[in-house]
Amino acid sequence: MSKKVCSLLLFFCFWFAAPVVHAQGKDSVDIQKVWKGDRQPAGGPVEMADRLRADGKIYVVVAVVVIILLGLFLYVIRLDRKISRLEKESK
Amino acid sequence: MLRQKWWKILCIVCLLYTFVAGFLGSVPAKPILHETIRNYYFHIAMWFSMMILFIVSLVYSIKYLRSNNHIFDIYALEYAKTGIVFGAMGLATGSAWAGFTWGAFWSNDPKQLGAVIALLIYLAYLVLRNSMTDMDKRARIGAVYNIFAFAMLFPTIWIIPRLVESLHPGGAGNPAIDADWRIRIVFWPGAMPGWALLGVWITTLRIRLQLLSEKRLYNHSIR
Repeated sequence: MSKKVCSLLLFFCFWFAAPVVHAQGKDSVDIQKVWKGDRQPAGGPVEMADRLRADGKIYVVVAVVVIILLGLFLYVIRLDRKISRLEKESK
Repeated sequence: MLRQKWWKILCIVCLLYTFVAGFLGSVPAKPILHETIRNYYFHIAMWFSMMILFIVSLVYSIKYLRSNNHIFDIYALEYAKTGIVFGAMGLATGSAWAGFTWGAFWSNDPKQLGAVIALLIYLAYLVLRNSMTDMDKRARIGAVYNIFAFAMLFPTIWIIPRLVESLHPGGAGNPAIDADWRIRIVFWPGAMPGWALLGVWITTLRIRLQLLSEKRLYNHSIR
């Protein structure tokens, strides 16, 4: 049962990723209209944190977030192992 | 499935990809949103994971009603609980995002209200269960209520927010998920399976713990 759910989920995700291949060639202006307040403001292009990335500082944030993520994974994995051990003991 | 490894590794890989590509990848430049559009990989994935967990919970509730197998009741309960956690995180992240883009942490947007109502209905599921002491009664009424709670997701988060004017994209008949391809390549292969699998992972741990404690209780009683 759970196996089926899992494979269905994966199929679903890749199904939605598939249109990417087609969408890449097109200009994405039409799609952008979906979002609110999408018109380009009069004052030139929209300001994004490009310089921060160019300076390389965004990698610091990525490193921090990845460390937290890895720590959480480690915690969950250890919990998983602990429960597995308990299951073995109670058999 | 409960004790297999491959999908846990997949979960870790997907989430690492989400966090690295989500912060470093290029995103469409939009006014108001600016870089916050990256929240797409986190805030929206919370809601989708919640829906998936609730669907699994619904399936197990139906299975319980068909078979009267107590284990399915535990499955349904734990999946609903994790779903509620993901929903609460979706609400909190959405509120933080709205505070810095729409100008208010809460603006009574139809989608916000619908989501709160849906979560309250699911919270009532937990309250209802705990109000009964008889195990079979609790499981059966809980399962029936769970099906009702799932049915309430349709109007509260899938239909009404789409019909009315909303601050959220996806209001007034627009498709909700029709983002730029740069967002899609992180969201669908990365964030979606990653967060959903993490929810399933945590749920399976809770289920195993629950089964263990029941086993222990049983062993005690026959001793």
